[in-house]
Amino acid sequence: MTPRSIIEKIWDAHVVAELGDGQSLLHVDRVFLHERTGPQSLAGMAAAGHAVANPALVFGVIDHIVDTEPGRSDRTRFKGGDEFIRTFRDLARRAGIRLFDLDDPRQGIVHVISPEQGIALPGCTLVCPDSHTCTVGGIGALAWGIGSTEGEHAVATQTLVRPRPRTMFVDFSGQLGPGVTAKDMILALIGKYGAAGGRNHAIEFGGAAVRALGVEARLTLCNMTVEFGAWTGLVAADDTTIEWVAGRPFAPQAEHWDAAVAHWRALPSDAGARWDARLELDCATLAPQVTWGTSPAHAVGIDGIVPDPAAAPDATARAGFERALAYMDLKPGQPLAGLPIEAAFIGSCTNSRLSDLRAAAALLRGRRVAPGVKALVVPGSTTLKKQAEAEGLDRVFEEAGFEWRESGCSLCFYSGGDSFGDARRVITSTNRNFEGRQGPGVRSHLASPLTVAASAVAGRIADPRMLAAR
Amino acid sequence: MEQFVRLKALAAPLLRPNVDTDVIIPSREITSPSREGFGAKLFASWRYLEPDRRPNPDFVLNRAPFDRAQILVAGENFGCGSSREMAVWAIRQFGFRCVVAPSFGAIFQANCYRNGVLPVVLPKADVEALGREAESGGLELDVDLESCTVSAPGGRTFRFEIGGPEREMLLAGLDAIGLTLKRRDEIRAFQTRDRAARPWIWSV
Repeated sequence: MTPRSIIEKIWDAHVVAELGDGQSLLHVDRVFLHERTGPQSLAGMAAAGHAVANPALVFGVIDHIVDTEPGRSDRTRFKGGDEFIRTFRDLARRAGIRLFDLDDPRQGIVHVISPEQGIALPGCTLVCPDSHTCTVGGIGALAWGIGSTEGEHAVATQTLVRPRPRTMFVDFSGQLGPGVTAKDMILALIGKYGAAGGRNHAIEFGGAAVRALGVEARLTLCNMTVEFGAWTGLVAADDTTIEWVAGRPFAPQAEHWDAAVAHWRALPSDAGARWDARLELDCATLAPQVTWGTSPAHAVGIDGIVPDPAAAPDATARAGFERALAYMDLKPGQPLAGLPIEAAFIGSCTNSRLSDLRAAAALLRGRRVAPGVKALVVPGSTTLKKQAEAEGLDRVFEEAGFEWRESGCSLCFYSGGDSFGDARRVITSTNRNFEGRQGPGVRSHLASPLTVAASAVAGRIADPRMLAAR
Repeated sequence: MEQFVRLKALAAPLLRPNVDTDVIIPSREITSPSREGFGAKLFASWRYLEPDRRPNPDFVLNRAPFDRAQILVAGENFGCGSSREMAVWAIRQFGFRCVVAPSFGAIFQANCYRNGVLPVVLPKADVEALGREAESGGLELDVDLESCTVSAPGGRTFRFEIGGPEREMLLAGLDAIGLTLKRRDEIRAFQTRDRAARPWIWSV
């Protein structure tokens, strides 16, 4: 047999029909919808008279515009938010799909709960009208973001039409040093190869540094595949993954477990598999990363400086650099470390899992957020929030001066409700530093939760390696 | 779905790279779970001045004749970021039927096909030259999906590529779900085989 990559194996196992011209009709094993982009899918289907093909394979969750202050309800600080929540709830009920509602103990950010509940599985296909659906590639799933109309197609037919992707292998060689994380790996990759470096590709992330990551860190790594311009990315399931999946509520139960594991063990890329592209990044020398501009590609080591637009590859890129510098109020040559910040945010589908909270809490224990810095932590799911509270992490954060919130997407984006107040410069564990993403005029510096915690304490962008965990 | 066959129309330039869907339609402008009402909100944070939401006279789409342009000549990686289909709805409802760029965000590009908007990929140098010409306010382009060409004044013709199914869907204004449901038997057969091969996928 011709050696195949994991991407080809999962693809081949899901082809319902070849449509010609390189396009396939692919089976979609799981569909997730949320209240921001899901109502349009379900309403569109209902209006066109289409039924839900397989209600048991479709899941809904309320995460995007819900408030995160304690005591929340359908009413949101964002005007009109309740209409999204109630419309989605009604449509989900009528469609007969499972809904993880606001009061459900399993509620949380869609890409956090789908693996947490064992719904996203190695080797499955999963879609959601949300660009960060690629996150669950971390568990070894082939998962990708779509629009609401394609969401309609997925729910009505349990399939999507896709061109066969080009494949890429990214080799993260070496081992990460202390204080350097999966977030730094993916930021460094995007910084090195650009925001379109993965264009049109499905990527397998591998190499020694990836093998050493826990599942939650792999989810972080895959989360920003979309910021790399790729169609999606994944990490092949291994012992670490299988151990992590075992026993989760929707994971294969005893009677199917052995067959499922055998299936997953056959998925890793064969020796000699062909790749359309290969990239490499050495992790041994990697520093914690931080972005200076308004694209995730504007990432540098935390000991780095703001680059000079004169060094940009062409006139368009130079104009983009200059515009980013003006928005970020920075000058070429300025060091990133030491830049005063006014707010710090830990949360989002990128970095809000228990391991993220543990790492940040270890650094914050016995320390205080600098005066004048608004700091908040928003756990990725209600389940992991309770686990964190059982470990006393909430007290560590609160004693350090962080607000401890209910789970949701929160300030990863500004929807007109909750805001950073008057704060302009923000260090954030999220995935997008676009102009205005976290609020009008807000200047976002992307970094790992460790770097966010260290910076909150220092009141300026700070290298977490300078602060030992306690 | 809305058809696209051929369009001869005025082009507006917006050559910045990496224009993301948060800029095309900011999240705070998405105030109702409807597919309508996004045209006036397109590029809201660039198009309007706060606090009174006055049109920003410096923004290209606020200036005649660009306010009636139907073709947008854009920078690379246009529509990157969030999957929000409201970005395409805003583009379409403003009046655009075609976006010409060196590259697109993948989800945005897929969303265009579903909404009767033609995303045309041309080499960066050609897009930048067309964008500079468009600044005069007098560039009319003739976009022909039958021949997969963009024609510009002076007899210049640029060929572009597009996937066969996407092209046919746009040319005929086909309903993608309806097309797929014609393969209902094949989907059922796949699922029957799959229930036996991967029962754990189905026992949820």
